[in-house]
Amino acid sequence: MFFLRLLAGVSSALAAVVIAATACAADLSTLVANLTTGGFGDRETAIGALAASGEARAAPILEALGAGQLYLRKADNVVVIGKPDGNQLALTEAVSGKPAGTGSEAELDRVRVNNRLRGVIEAAVGSLTLMSTDPRVRREAADSLFKRPDPAALAALDAAIAAEKDARIKVAFQEARAAVVLVSDAPKQQKLEALEVVRDRGNRDALSVLQAAINSAADPEVKAAANAAAASVRQSLAGWEAAQNVWYGISLGSVLLLAAIGLAITFGTMGVINMAHGEMVMLGAYTTFVVQDIIRTSFPHLFDASLLIALPLAFVVAGLVGIAIERGIIRFLYGRPLDTLLATWGLSLVLQQAVRSIFGPSNREVGAPSFMSGAFQVGQITVTYGRLWIVVFSLLVFVTLILVLRKTPLGLYMRAVTQNRPMASAMGIRTPRVDALTFGLGSGIAGLAGVALSQIDNVSPNLGQGYIIDSFMVVVFGGVGNLFGTLVGATALGIVNKFLEPYAGAVLGKILVLVFIILFIQRRPRGLFALKGRSVE
Amino acid sequence: MITRFLWQGMGPSLRAAVLFVLAIGIVLPLLNQLLPAGSALYVPAWVLQLIGKYLCFASLALAVDLVWGFCGILTLGHAAFFALGGYCMGMYLMRQIGSRGQYGNPLLPDFMVFLNYKGLPWFWHGFDQFWFAAIMIVVVPSVLALALGWFAFRSRVTGVYLSIITQAMTFALMLAFFRNDMGLGGNNGMTDFKDILGFSVQSDATRATLCFASALALAIFLVIAAAVVGSRFGKALTAVRDAESRMRFLGYRVEGYKLFVFVLSAAMAGIAGALYVPQVGIINPSEFSPGNSIEAVLWVAVGGRGTLVGPIIGAFAVNFGKTYLTGALPEVWLFALGALFIAVTLFLPRGIVGLWSQFRSRGTARKVKVPA
Repeated sequence: MFFLRLLAGVSSALAAVVIAATACAADLSTLVANLTTGGFGDRETAIGALAASGEARAAPILEALGAGQLYLRKADNVVVIGKPDGNQLALTEAVSGKPAGTGSEAELDRVRVNNRLRGVIEAAVGSLTLMSTDPRVRREAADSLFKRPDPAALAALDAAIAAEKDARIKVAFQEARAAVVLVSDAPKQQKLEALEVVRDRGNRDALSVLQAAINSAADPEVKAAANAAAASVRQSLAGWEAAQNVWYGISLGSVLLLAAIGLAITFGTMGVINMAHGEMVMLGAYTTFVVQDIIRTSFPHLFDASLLIALPLAFVVAGLVGIAIERGIIRFLYGRPLDTLLATWGLSLVLQQAVRSIFGPSNREVGAPSFMSGAFQVGQITVTYGRLWIVVFSLLVFVTLILVLRKTPLGLYMRAVTQNRPMASAMGIRTPRVDALTFGLGSGIAGLAGVALSQIDNVSPNLGQGYIIDSFMVVVFGGVGNLFGTLVGATALGIVNKFLEPYAGAVLGKILVLVFIILFIQRRPRGLFALKGRSVE
Repeated sequence: MITRFLWQGMGPSLRAAVLFVLAIGIVLPLLNQLLPAGSALYVPAWVLQLIGKYLCFASLALAVDLVWGFCGILTLGHAAFFALGGYCMGMYLMRQIGSRGQYGNPLLPDFMVFLNYKGLPWFWHGFDQFWFAAIMIVVVPSVLALALGWFAFRSRVTGVYLSIITQAMTFALMLAFFRNDMGLGGNNGMTDFKDILGFSVQSDATRATLCFASALALAIFLVIAAAVVGSRFGKALTAVRDAESRMRFLGYRVEGYKLFVFVLSAAMAGIAGALYVPQVGIINPSEFSPGNSIEAVLWVAVGGRGTLVGPIIGAFAVNFGKTYLTGALPEVWLFALGALFIAVTLFLPRGIVGLWSQFRSRGTARKVKVPA
């Protein structure tokens, strides 16, 4: 019984919606039909009425009218928009926007406009987008008006400002109005006020508006004020640019941190140079690719969770490979670090070629889940969600690792083995097992890094190679065997790199950083935060 | 007299190696030049080119062995010295093209015309003279090695740290040479060479001469290396490798020993690179890639580090394998190379040369001493 009533209610509501929609369409069709009848005077009223209706279709119809592309089809008196398509015209119904076949000029009557009407239409279109029901369209209209201020739009802007409810769009309108005032012949006082509004906007567009104002200002006082405003905008822009560089640097630093932190463990704890570390990162990235591939084909609704699923898998895959490497190769080479270096280099070649044989040499596409795509503004800085999450993620990994080292038995053993291997062994710690687990942990973290890097880098067999030298630099710079050193080293190198880039270019900046580290190691051969005590030699 | 003195200082296997290298360098070019093309013993020009290439690689391996096998400095950047020597030679060869380039500019090489250079960059001056280029081939790598070594050895950067620094150096150089505004051809490098000392680089006679020159250089390097290693200086060098701190406590200036041998080795690598470039006809920044340097280390490891014959055997063996495999089974080559790295470090720590003594010592309890 209840169900029936509910059904009745829903259907009547649906019916109401349908009726409302048809009423709306009917309304629009009369408004459009009015455009085609009467003289130029009637047409002007019809344009005003259509513009005031606030319909979504009003803008394209008016634009077509202004461009002389609005036609009345002789056969059935339907108003259509005709776009040239070869020697025919491709038609769309004006009211519904549906395609309506093709036609030749002969079958159609052009709705004529004169120059005066064109001006009316232009203003109407401008105000239409300003009055649009879609906030994004309003915002875009304000921004485009700000970039190309048109004195004719002043009245429309004033009306829009009065009607606007959204505070942020209102500000955008006021800024656009200020830009319009600056190009108009408004009195001096208004112009000075407008300069302040534009200055407060403070971005590159504001600077170009101010520049235009400086060039065109006749009044010396306005000119001076514009100059002052431009200088202040330039200064704040420089500040924002520095902040943006710091952010980019932190972002790069977080990537370096992720890549280097696993290396810091294996290198720091075991003194083992693992040249195949970059390939562990690559394995993590390919694990992500495989997980996404399976999800895409079998469980598309899980796509947003793909990275979360890939994380533990990448850790396990890379960790297991790491343990296998330690048990199979590295444990025979302890005390011969240079041989370890060569053997792991060979291993990295084998892993690369294996991945190339399985997945092919080309880049693989790894998609971004919805929470990692998009960006937001902080002042003049654009922050992409992907980068933000990677920074957060790298810090999480870092903190977790510190906790593992400080609070778990495994961490205790690892620290004991790092500090004094023979003594730890004498106390009953099974150092070979600790070595294997340490290596597995370091490799697993590299796998995690691979998941993150799959979001910002090309997933190819060469992915790891690009990071290995940088990671070593970070570890050596920060001080071997010291995780905080790795954090500081990664962030510092990231930021220095990004600050050098604008002056020296990306490649030269990188070279300078490498040279800097080479010189730095001369001064402090054991890195920023050197371990002291018996473990040093 | 000096020759006799040097000759007597060398062991029998070393003498055999020098004679063998010289024999290759004399007999093969002569067979190419004197016999008609249809003869059974005729050596085609591509074989000469290949052997010449291997001889240059062997010189590079010898240079690496001198610092790694005898002084314990594992350099992962020796290909940089090789490539720098190659670039010096490349610049000389570019200047010899003259107005025969695509753009026909009498002064500027093609890539400079292409990149809208107005004049010759300052460091290109003088490279139209062979003697100047020849000096630069030795000087440029040596100066770089001197600068890097002076900094590194003085502040006692050793072991893996030094390896990483040398790798970073060659990586930085690779990035630098990839830049177009370095004025050295950017990522295309230099190619399309025409003449060397007035002879066409394409002609068989030039190829034969270059192959001989490579063999001669290798033989001379062998003699020099033997003289260095066999002297009192060489004994101290080996001692630095095995117990650096003890040598320092005994009052030796360890830095000086390391620096001398590092610079000597860099100069050898530079000359090898200079001989390599006219034979392959191109030099580009990928010669600097860290992988090349490590491959050179592998040749030494395969042949046997700490011996003078080993690196030459290793360079020939690995490169022959590379030429064969990249042609026949390109997929397999990297697997083979990687496996070779692992197998040599795990099972053949003294390389091919050390196989014999390794087998002999298996019966006894004596452990094989491996220089790190």
